[in-house]
Amino acid sequence: MREAFFFFLIVIGGTAGELCVTRAVRSVGEIGGFRPALILRFVKRALGNRWMFIGVGLMTIAFFSLLAVLSFENVSFVVPVSALSYAAGTGGAVVFLHERVTRQRWLGVLMVCAGVTIVWLSRM
Amino acid sequence: MRKSSTSHLTTYLLMLAIVILAPLGNVLLGKGMRGIGSAVHWEPSQMPRILEQIFRSGFVWLGILSLLSFFLAYMLVLSRADYSFVQPATAVSYLVVALLGSTLLGERVNALRWLGIGVICLGVLIVGRTPPRTTKEPGHA
Repeated sequence: MREAFFFFLIVIGGTAGELCVTRAVRSVGEIGGFRPALILRFVKRALGNRWMFIGVGLMTIAFFSLLAVLSFENVSFVVPVSALSYAAGTGGAVVFLHERVTRQRWLGVLMVCAGVTIVWLSRM
Repeated sequence: MRKSSTSHLTTYLLMLAIVILAPLGNVLLGKGMRGIGSAVHWEPSQMPRILEQIFRSGFVWLGILSLLSFFLAYMLVLSRADYSFVQPATAVSYLVVALLGSTLLGERVNALRWLGIGVICLGVLIVGRTPPRTTKEPGHA
């Protein structure tokens, strides 16, 4: 039960956090180059966005849940199972970020989810 | 045309960094957490001691450093490509994490697990055949 709860936090917290961070980065715009000054300005502007803080907070919860699960499960099991966030992430990208997801990409995401299911079954 | 090619090359190089740094970070965290008791038995009263143990682990700090580097590369790549493209494409890191887990941590990865990881990678290949960005670009920083 506790294991399922930790996985839930990893998947939901991680995915929601990534979506929030993406939203923050999008509002800053594309970086013009890779000079340190430009990167610093990009990070500074991103940190000034409230979505960045919400995103980092959610990702922190997911991070400590990951640490907890890694204390009793193999990393080669935990990390692939956390890919369940792909379905949630792609759906969230459509709903919250208004991204256009092609049929081909959906097929790829479905394949990833099938792979996660097989990895889960490998523990039985 | 050249600018577009360079831009795509930079995007793919950043994604390569993501694929390496994230699994390495997770493996280091796994190594660090091995020495701490199972979270299944953690009690709220033990949390201060457990947190102290976690943050005194060198492997956990190395893992955090690796994941922070991943996070920077991830932010940079997200400014250039769709989230729904970047996220599944990074799934190749699942193959890397299994390889690192079996070689560095001595984890037993059975045939069914390798098959599952292979299916994940196949999904990645399908995603990789779609263009990095299909939505309207915002302004430059």
